[in-house]
Amino acid sequence: MIERKVSVMVVGAGPAGIAAATKAAQLGLETVLVENRDILGGIPLQCVHPGFGLHYFKEDMTGCEFIHRLIDRMHRAGVETIVNAYVHSIEFYSQLEKNVNVVTQSGILRINTKTVIYTAGARERHLFELNVHGDRIDGIYTAGEAQTIMDLYGVLPGKDVVIIGSGDVGLIMARRFALEGANVKAVIEIMPYPGGLLRNIVQCLKDFNIPLYLGHAVTEIIGSKRVEAVKVAKVDEDQRPIRSTEFEITCDTVVIAAGLVPNIDLLEKIGVAVDPRTKGPIVNEYLETSIPGIFAAGNALVVNDLVDYAAEQGEIAADGAKIYIENCGIPTRNWTRIKPGRNLRFVVPHYVSRERDVVLYARVQKPERNVYLSIANFKAKMLSLRPAEMIRIKIPFNRILEDNHRVISVEVVPYE
Amino acid sequence: MKKYRVVIVGAGIIGVSIARVLSMYENFDVSIAEMEPDVGWGISKANTSIIHPCHEEDPERYPLRARLCREGNSIWMEWVKELDILARWPGELMVFHSSEEEREARKYISFAIKNNVPGVQVIYRDELQSYEPTINPDAEGALYAPTAGMISPFEAVIAIAENAIENGVKLIVDTRVSNVKITNHSVVGVDTNRGSIDADIIINAAGLYADHVSHMAGVARSFYIKPRRGEYIVFDEGVDIKPKKILHTTPTPTTKGVYAITTVHGNLMIGPTAEDLPVDARESRTTTENGLSYLLKEGGRILNRVPPPSKIIRRFAGLRPEPPQGEWLIEVYTDPFGFVNVAGIRSPGLTAAPAIANYVLKLMIKKYDITLVKKASWVRHRKSINRIRELSLERLDELIRKNPSYGKIICHCRTVSEAEILEAIDRIIKIGVKPTVDGVKFRTTAGFGKCQGSFCRWRIALLISRKLDIPLHSVVIKRSPYGLGDVKLLLRSRMVNKT
Amino acid sequence: MNSSEIISGAKEELICIICPIGCSLEVYRDSDDIHVKGALCPKGIEYAKQEFLDPRRVVMTVVRVKNGDLPVVSVKTSVPVLKKCINDIMMITASIEVVAPVEIGQVIARDICGANIVATREVKKINNCD
Repeated sequence: MIERKVSVMVVGAGPAGIAAATKAAQLGLETVLVENRDILGGIPLQCVHPGFGLHYFKEDMTGCEFIHRLIDRMHRAGVETIVNAYVHSIEFYSQLEKNVNVVTQSGILRINTKTVIYTAGARERHLFELNVHGDRIDGIYTAGEAQTIMDLYGVLPGKDVVIIGSGDVGLIMARRFALEGANVKAVIEIMPYPGGLLRNIVQCLKDFNIPLYLGHAVTEIIGSKRVEAVKVAKVDEDQRPIRSTEFEITCDTVVIAAGLVPNIDLLEKIGVAVDPRTKGPIVNEYLETSIPGIFAAGNALVVNDLVDYAAEQGEIAADGAKIYIENCGIPTRNWTRIKPGRNLRFVVPHYVSRERDVVLYARVQKPERNVYLSIANFKAKMLSLRPAEMIRIKIPFNRILEDNHRVISVEVVPYE
Repeated sequence: MKKYRVVIVGAGIIGVSIARVLSMYENFDVSIAEMEPDVGWGISKANTSIIHPCHEEDPERYPLRARLCREGNSIWMEWVKELDILARWPGELMVFHSSEEEREARKYISFAIKNNVPGVQVIYRDELQSYEPTINPDAEGALYAPTAGMISPFEAVIAIAENAIENGVKLIVDTRVSNVKITNHSVVGVDTNRGSIDADIIINAAGLYADHVSHMAGVARSFYIKPRRGEYIVFDEGVDIKPKKILHTTPTPTTKGVYAITTVHGNLMIGPTAEDLPVDARESRTTTENGLSYLLKEGGRILNRVPPPSKIIRRFAGLRPEPPQGEWLIEVYTDPFGFVNVAGIRSPGLTAAPAIANYVLKLMIKKYDITLVKKASWVRHRKSINRIRELSLERLDELIRKNPSYGKIICHCRTVSEAEILEAIDRIIKIGVKPTVDGVKFRTTAGFGKCQGSFCRWRIALLISRKLDIPLHSVVIKRSPYGLGDVKLLLRSRMVNKT
Repeated sequence: MNSSEIISGAKEELICIICPIGCSLEVYRDSDDIHVKGALCPKGIEYAKQEFLDPRRVVMTVVRVKNGDLPVVSVKTSVPVLKKCINDIMMITASIEVVAPVEIGQVIARDICGANIVATREVKKINNCD
């Protein structure tokens, strides 16, 4: 076994991890970044579409271009990276000192580190997490898998495609299939509104005349060796299929784009507290989890729709790691708990110190127009909020919260 | 010594068990014809995976079933060691909630006595928790049977097949028997979609299609198999409800028992349902909404808590071959001479499989007057693929130093290394099967985890494509290729159409 | 219904994509002027006119690569091209194959529908010598 000692260990070399490692190195911390694939970059590597970097680099880039630039910048900052490295387990010597066991091709690497920034991304929801029945046959892909084999490995999965889910991933894959000459028969969305950006509805579906079925669900997949058709039905208010409305769409391929779940197996194993709303860890304003010195950022923290925010979270976590290392732990604060109120699905981070400005990330439950985002006496005007677009807002907590605020709720309220 | 050319129809648990037993002797030259692309893809792949103690078998009504089940339970304890098959022997609790159910459960004590099943006794509520912390506290008691075990049923088929093949058995897959050839009241061979195979003895272990094969030989014409579907749900490894013992509800005249177990791979599994399907629905492995809600309900009767449905990582259904009156058809015929039926092997077929194999051999010796000659070189043992997730870090470190490929993790959910995948591919090729992603999955459990393969399926497919030197899109997942062709295929065909 | 609208096809319904509000816009032409209904801001009017008169898109896809560490490279058009050119661009990307190595920013094909096709990823050459 090889032993190493570092200050910051970053797990996962996607946008959040690369940004975190870069920032940590720039702050003068001895940093190592481990990645379990054989290549740095994570999911943007397979994203040939644009929409990356508008906030972060003030430039519209494709996923590949964005991550390429991020990696370049990291190398210039002098971050040590290890690929083909799988984090096996985290052991605690004390709360302030962790040993992370990493499986590499040259043996087990035991990294003794003060802090861990966990940026392992998200996994896709799969067939068995949906209320879809039928045979487990070939021709069913998650959107990410379809994207990987099409855009990294040049494989066309199928020619008559039904896509489950109208989030941005589903819409973008609809366009990818259509561009390559496939017949995208339908995008099926269980909610009464689209899950993705308007831009993607227009440029991915309308441009290619792809039908979008809102308030519908795929109930069954039919076929013997490979997918031959799907059954689709309207759903009621509780998203239960209405059987009398069922109809069939013939297809040879089903692409599941039904959302992402933070990939936090490893954190759950060491007992990190999890927010049932985000399915990611509960964190304070430094993005530190319930275990001291373990930070989380990017889609492992909360599922982002913009890569820019994932990268930003990586930097916030790196700042947190620096404070942690300088103080041998994040100093105790009189934390205020932030909770989602009216029409909010979640708010991250969960605890703030009331000592400085903090960036909040939140998502509405349903679309709403002409509202305020309200926290205590602070109100920000919002013309339109949609679940597809995460709210990112910097809040001056030092100015708006009183000492007696132990728990405070963030709400969406209509204009009076 | 006459050397018998034997064709076993079907590479399920029955077929491969018979093949292994026959492979011990010089008397037989054995081939297995399997209609699927790999071994164990029929009934053997999707079942409850229990090695029953056999106190549930009625010795008066089904004497053969009772005897072979009891024998099978003991033989498995040896076979899993010889063949390095994942197994656990935790014992089982048949949970009862009322005096009526208790009466039903107690019925099996007399079966246990007659079947010579050891250690069966009733446990009441005050003791139940110490036997099983996850049990529903409302349960009044349970019938305990300590000799119950569980195995990985698909791994068992693979292990037995590998061992039989090492001992000279030939496997031919993608081969569907369409005719049993008979001359002068003796079998001479079978016709298949891939040509004819000559044979002196044909052993019908064709599972769901065993009635068809039997009819081809002109025997047991009134014997029909009815498919009975059983659905299962599998939960994420991370859930906190993990029964130590095998738990199941008490079967009543109207309901079958539902099991809640922690599989040998570490997942909570609840199942099966029992639904009789039409005679021709022999490929209907679809899961249903009713099945799901039934299993959640029944699971709740056994367990103190069923994890939320959001923790379900897989739903599947298997088909069981239900013979008339539940009676197994095991018979060695003299007209046509050389035809053997091992048909309608419903539960407890998995448990009984090794005993059935021995029994079939015994019948053949008697009816065909065979004097057995043992092979001097017969190999008893088979090693499984190294499973790095079960190794200590120190052991893993050593292993990686010998072969760095163990240090490259392909399936993150279940910690399966590239070396394991490559070895699985090699072993698949070695038994004469074309590697598929599913074939690798069932040999390594890569893709069994939380993400259900969305991160590793393409990696496994890439390793197969490199090994076979074929394009990625033509790698077979289960029964059809990963893709239609390269990503520009459809656009190019448009160009061709234009010109 | 005005029959001239149908003949000229000079009426279109659009969703504004400038901001999350997503105004439903109606664009139509009478004599020589273009009118936009339903926009809450001037940017929406501008967007509607652009989409009505001259809709353009950046087209992104992949192109096959020979001897690369990956079999395809991602590409995009250097500038937005007319929507009606998307198909032409796709047919051209289907017909070409480039040889590794490919640099990020490398021009794969020149002057197609007023744009170059540019690589957006790096593909390394694989060593076939061993």
